[in-house]
Amino acid sequence: MSIRERLSGNEAVAFAIRQINPDVMPAFPITPSTEIPQYVANYIANGKMDTEFIPVESEHSSMSATVGASAAGARALTATSSCGMALMWEELYVAASNRLPLALALVNRALSGPININCDHSDSMGARDSGWLQIYAENNQEAYDNMLQAFRISEHKDVRLPIMICQDGFITSHAVENIELLEDSVVRSFVGEYEPENYLLNPEQPIAVGPYAVSNYYMETKMGQRTAMNNARQVILDIAKEFEAISGRRYGFFEEYQLADADYAILIIGSAAGTCKDAIDALRAEGKKVGLLKLRVFRPFPAEEIAAALSHCKSIAIMDRCDSFSGNGGPLGAEVSQALYNAHSTALAVNYIYGLGGRDIRVEDFEDIYSRLETIAETGQVTDQYDYIGLRK
Amino acid sequence: MSATDISKITEKSKWQDITPGNQIYAAGTSREFKTGEWRTQTPVWVAEKCKQCLLCVPVCPDSSIPVEHCERQDFDYDHCKGCGICAKVCPFDSITMKEGQ
Repeated sequence: MSIRERLSGNEAVAFAIRQINPDVMPAFPITPSTEIPQYVANYIANGKMDTEFIPVESEHSSMSATVGASAAGARALTATSSCGMALMWEELYVAASNRLPLALALVNRALSGPININCDHSDSMGARDSGWLQIYAENNQEAYDNMLQAFRISEHKDVRLPIMICQDGFITSHAVENIELLEDSVVRSFVGEYEPENYLLNPEQPIAVGPYAVSNYYMETKMGQRTAMNNARQVILDIAKEFEAISGRRYGFFEEYQLADADYAILIIGSAAGTCKDAIDALRAEGKKVGLLKLRVFRPFPAEEIAAALSHCKSIAIMDRCDSFSGNGGPLGAEVSQALYNAHSTALAVNYIYGLGGRDIRVEDFEDIYSRLETIAETGQVTDQYDYIGLRK
Repeated sequence: MSATDISKITEKSKWQDITPGNQIYAAGTSREFKTGEWRTQTPVWVAEKCKQCLLCVPVCPDSSIPVEHCERQDFDYDHCKGCGICAKVCPFDSITMKEGQ
């Protein structure tokens, strides 16, 4: 029996962590993710879970301690946002290259500067090449559900990669919404015990983790990471199927909303998908064939699946909540365009940047984007391939 | 997984044969890694001057002064990097530094 509640995204993720009851959680506070370790610390203090909580002096240390705990054989995770993640940069790569199955509850927030505490995706998108799995949520329910699936994916023997469970800062992390929670016993049996094959605290079999690997070994190691990332595709789908059996909620690489017969499609990550759906409902009522592809899994990147789902569309807006300052578009724009190109897509694609530093994107903005897509398809002309939405000009 | 015979992982190994995350399923394997070749200066032990005070042993950063039956032996040149701390600390001038390996 599921439990009906109303929780913020941070509360939902902390609730999931209590149910998972991991072995170790080192953490350092940073807005807007601070509440996650705060709620977990409360649960521990109140005897609701027995995780070893390590208050550390920085995020460099929180990720280092998570890496150390995981290498020792513990199920470990931490939480952070924005500049906190930037301070973890070195260890993000260490966790991935050492093939340590640990988790990071990331609450997406803009990177400084200028100084800004609000939502965008520049933190996790900046870490897109670090070798981590990345799964994004539209709302608190998805953040909770993704957290529950995290360790199953990360610890799978064919994967063994760290996983980032992302939600939008403040928009998702602090907004209280209805949510359906699973019972503790259901979660415990779904997540199971972590039984690593090899770990530092095993006296029966001493091991060394993270040895020096010079030019003669580095590329072979990277190929191992790449293969694990590829293996994660099937594992993510398998775990989603198992999760559906206990929750009734279906997940895949992405959600398609009114996409099957859409001429004009928007591709987006995170909470703004909800706003886009409202625009779609309004436009569909007018008979417009508009649709949405909401990407859930960004790493591994489901390029072929995305191209197939968009294959019938006339024009596509790829929406990035961060700019990569390539002068040529954002990260999602680049990767989706590559996917479309490799699939010989004939759709006209634009890359729009929105919501930087917490800038609101409204239903009317999406309606305007669909109208631009219609014009692009009708005229065959792309005049604003790379544009900022909601910019004063 | 059973203990890795690290002699089987070489510069000729294919990527499939490298352990996940390069983990080494054995202990004390740094002995196999001959770091002594980094040396540009070499300490020389003058045994006849040595009083076996053993001051040199704990200051060696690379554990390259073996001790047997409470007496130091000649240097482990496979791992000594020639830092010269032992020569500096010796009260009896029984360690001298020479140029090169």
